[in-house]
Amino acid sequence: MTIRQISVFVENKSGRLFDVAETLGKANINIRALSLADTLDFGVIRLIVDDVAKATDALKVAGFTASLTDVLAIRIADVPGGLAGVLSVLTKKGIDIEYMYAFAGSTGKDAVMIFRIEKAADAVKALSDTKGLLLSDEELRSL
Amino acid sequence: MILDKKAEMMTESAKKKLQLTRLKETVAYCYDRVPYYKKKMDEAGVKPSHIKTLADIAKLPFTTKDDLRDNYPFGLFAVPMKQIVRIHASSGTTGKPTVVGYTKADIGVLAEVMARTLAACGATKSSVIQNAYGYGLFTGGLGIHYGAERLGAAVIPVSVGNTPRQIMLMEDFRSDVLCCTPSYSLHIAEVAREKGVDPSRLPIQFGVFGAEPWSDNMRKEIEERLSIRANDIYGLSEVIGPGVSSECEMQDGLHIFDDHFYPEIIDPKTLTPLLHGEKGELVFTSLTKQGFPVLRYRTKDISIINPSPCHCGRTHVRMKRIFGRTDDMLIIRGVNVFPSQIESVLMNIEGAEPHYEIVVRREESLDELEVRVEVNEKLFSDEVKMLESLEKRIVAEMESLLGITVRVKLVEPKTIQRSEGKATRVIDMRTKPTGA
Repeated sequence: MTIRQISVFVENKSGRLFDVAETLGKANINIRALSLADTLDFGVIRLIVDDVAKATDALKVAGFTASLTDVLAIRIADVPGGLAGVLSVLTKKGIDIEYMYAFAGSTGKDAVMIFRIEKAADAVKALSDTKGLLLSDEELRSL
Repeated sequence: MILDKKAEMMTESAKKKLQLTRLKETVAYCYDRVPYYKKKMDEAGVKPSHIKTLADIAKLPFTTKDDLRDNYPFGLFAVPMKQIVRIHASSGTTGKPTVVGYTKADIGVLAEVMARTLAACGATKSSVIQNAYGYGLFTGGLGIHYGAERLGAAVIPVSVGNTPRQIMLMEDFRSDVLCCTPSYSLHIAEVAREKGVDPSRLPIQFGVFGAEPWSDNMRKEIEERLSIRANDIYGLSEVIGPGVSSECEMQDGLHIFDDHFYPEIIDPKTLTPLLHGEKGELVFTSLTKQGFPVLRYRTKDISIINPSPCHCGRTHVRMKRIFGRTDDMLIIRGVNVFPSQIESVLMNIEGAEPHYEIVVRREESLDELEVRVEVNEKLFSDEVKMLESLEKRIVAEMESLLGITVRVKLVEPKTIQRSEGKATRVIDMRTKPTGA
């Protein structure tokens, strides 16, 4: 059970993050989570949105290079050691994380984090033992 | 100092006579010994016997870099390999270098014109010449070296790079002449200052600078910072290497050693010869070379020939500092770079667009080449490390082909200007040579 993330290439110059946000705003897209990885010259904006297809179209029309990646939305108990608990499951199976970031909404007492994992299928299998750990697109939208 | 008064102060009539004798000899020599020249002359319907005056040179076909490439590597050599004592090469448009060969006598000519050059730039027998041009296939390093020895000066064959060591040698060996690219001299000045050494107090008094375009403003800058006289020299391997022409103490144009290299200026479009004083493409015919003689070699460099007498007393005609080039070849830190080479690397990267832009800057007085590559969906990845490894791969492939360091910058799609007709691939932000 994976969800779709949009990644956008931006040059490291002023106003580009605004341009992405404005493009999505005008297309009536709600951004649910965002992370930005940057180097000296460029950055990659990763987005979780409420309407992936519409958002991708809007970005492409606006001239951005955008692509879709499968990521995992994982429920993390909002208590000390919550993140460590999930990571220990992955680490024991030898599953590496490329990057991760927090999701803006929560399930009440739990937090939600987005994980980009190369061996996504293995991770899904490893985490499925605990019910409700992985969230689907619909579940995310309802948060 | 005028090293060879007999050759350098020849009267005009004596020089013309000498040039005509040597031109006739060279044309006959090429016709008899180089099948390619014979074929081209036959096609043009010209025989060596048709050369009766200097103006008859216009009857001869031109030689271009393409001709050199078509005859790679040794097709235009006029002597068997047993008479060749040296081979040099410089980079060409397709990755194959331009190859030139020298007989023992040719090396003698190189030494002679370079000794004249060094003397015109201020060097004497007593000088300690720090030669920071690259030694190797490039003609600059060894050309200066042989000239310095011919002059009788002490040459330090330090080659380019390791700037702190350059400064140490200057101070310890009391070098009074520095030979390198103009941009490298500024770099030396900067590094000296960082080390707490006042560059104007270094023992250098004269600079012999060439192998890249530079301006009079940059000259002023160098002369002030290093407290030296900085002279411009010009040459190209196809003609001899360095030592085709050199400024004298007047710093008002470069004297072409026209007893060895016969200069013409042509209109690069119509290919018709232009008059002295008109701006056009420089063309050279070698008058004394044996191993690799050239007939009407098109340099693609734009200049003006000034035949008026120089206050220094030399009668060699002068050429203006190079204004630019007729093609898109770039000279980066003395190395020839063609945009087509950069393009060929990009075209080998799967998914890369043919849209790229080359930006040349002079940063901290060193040329920097930046290649901007558009990131499309095929090249893009959500992982920064993948994009960085793409950058690294492009950089590595370019560096291995070009032999210089480059910087690759990934840019957003459609941000590189599209032009109608011939694309503008190169943005050269270095100061252009100034002048008329």
